Amino acid sequence: MEVCRSSAVSLREFGCEQSLLSRPDGSASFVQGDTSVLAGVYGPAEVKVSKEIYDRATVEVLIQPKVGLPSVRERSQEQCVRETCEASLLLSLHPRSSLTLVLQVLHDDGSLLSCSLNSACMALMDAGLPMSCLFCGVTCAIDYDGKIITDPSAAQEKGSRALMTFAIDSTERRVLMSSTKGSFSVHELQQCIAVSQKASEKIFQFYRDSISRRYSKNL
Amino acid sequence: MAAGFKTAEPLEYHRSFLKENCRPDGRVLSEFRTTTLNIGSISTADGSALVKVGSTTVICGIKAELANPAVETPGKGYIVPNVDLPPLCSSRFRPGPPGEQAQAASQFIADVIESSEVIDTEDLCIERGKLCWVLYCDIICLDYDGNILDACVIALLAALKNTKLPEVTVNTETSTPEVNVEKRSLLHIHKHPVAASFCVFDDSILIVDPTDEEEKLSTAQLTVVTDEEGQLCSVHKPGGTSLSGEKLQECISRATARQREIQKLIDKVIKSIKTAK
Repeated sequence: MEVCRSSAVSLREFGCEQSLLSRPDGSASFVQGDTSVLAGVYGPAEVKVSKEIYDRATVEVLIQPKVGLPSVRERSQEQCVRETCEASLLLSLHPRSSLTLVLQVLHDDGSLLSCSLNSACMALMDAGLPMSCLFCGVTCAIDYDGKIITDPSAAQEKGSRALMTFAIDSTERRVLMSSTKGSFSVHELQQCIAVSQKASEKIFQFYRDSISRRYSKNL
Repeated sequence: MAAGFKTAEPLEYHRSFLKENCRPDGRVLSEFRTTTLNIGSISTADGSALVKVGSTTVICGIKAELANPAVETPGKGYIVPNVDLPPLCSSRFRPGPPGEQAQAASQFIADVIESSEVIDTEDLCIERGKLCWVLYCDIICLDYDGNILDACVIALLAALKNTKLPEVTVNTETSTPEVNVEKRSLLHIHKHPVAASFCVFDDSILIVDPTDEEEKLSTAQLTVVTDEEGQLCSVHKPGGTSLSGEKLQECISRATARQREIQKLIDKVIKSIKTAK
């Protein structure tokens, strides 16, 4: 288990463990503060005829909440994670096959969507799937004083005026996915994107450290 | 010949138009399709509107019911939006439980209502902790030709502006609600959120108000919702290829312009109903 302590752009402590499940082709658990998501990837595998796409792989994302059945909220998060994965994976290398990504929420203490994105990326890396770039999720909250909080906890989310989650790619640091709540000005949006891009550097550095440490151990 | 080219190489077909800064239906890249609006189309509903954006047709009906407020929010009523994409509107939808797109659209509409504060849910409370209004906003797509989210938001806003709730008094002796159907009043609309959708073609070309075909071929989609004060209520990009800051800025300024156009359209239609009476 790797642990990163953060300083300038304040992110909560985050940790990650890969290949912790034996059955999936790739798995990872990602922890951000008290928020924790477990991800498993199956694929490339056989695909149902009805879902087959002739020139690329079909991606399916399932988000399982901690309690109860997946609802409309999970469905819209699934769509966000799926389309982000589709943009970064080189799907045309596996035509007529399926990729299934299962995300199990272990604990939700705010920034759930960004934690899901991070664990999804780590699991895809663990599965060794070809990708054009990596991605990470960053959540920003704007409180009533106009202050931007990165990686907010559930209590901070509740006390915020607006909440935004971005997926940032690793090559050009551009916005792959954006999902927002609450109203905010254009200026605030741009500030949040800039902050998220700065925070993404840290997360990508953490990805790098965690992978390099893992493989140096195995050698 | 052109028809054959379109079927065999749809992407190349579109590219050949985009190279010339126009689109197969004759629009330029930053042009919306003609938007037509009919308010109060369903006489049995408490509020309704029919919107056509090009051939995309969406109808919204609002039904108000009396209910008990939730225990956590005793002073608030609630709004329940639902987007339905029936098999009638396109061959890609199958009968049965709502698919991912319909569910994601419902969630998006719910988020827009909450983020923009179009209606203050406290206005829907009749008696604190005891009685409140529930607004069921059913949005049904009749013809699917892309850009469903924009049409849904316009239909919802127009229908809410048309909604008239009857006066309710609670009888103090029997403590039962008494509805006075004769006396109806309009809802108070605080904000006017309007959505504008964009598609990214070949990772770089930005087009406005995509049709179904353009949506299928595009590499990313983006919806920006703004209100009359220029505040953003939602920047929804469910994924796809990345977008630079300048492009995003371009989308936002187009969305604010669109907000003004639509608000003008809604006001004009409401005015014409009043004068017709």
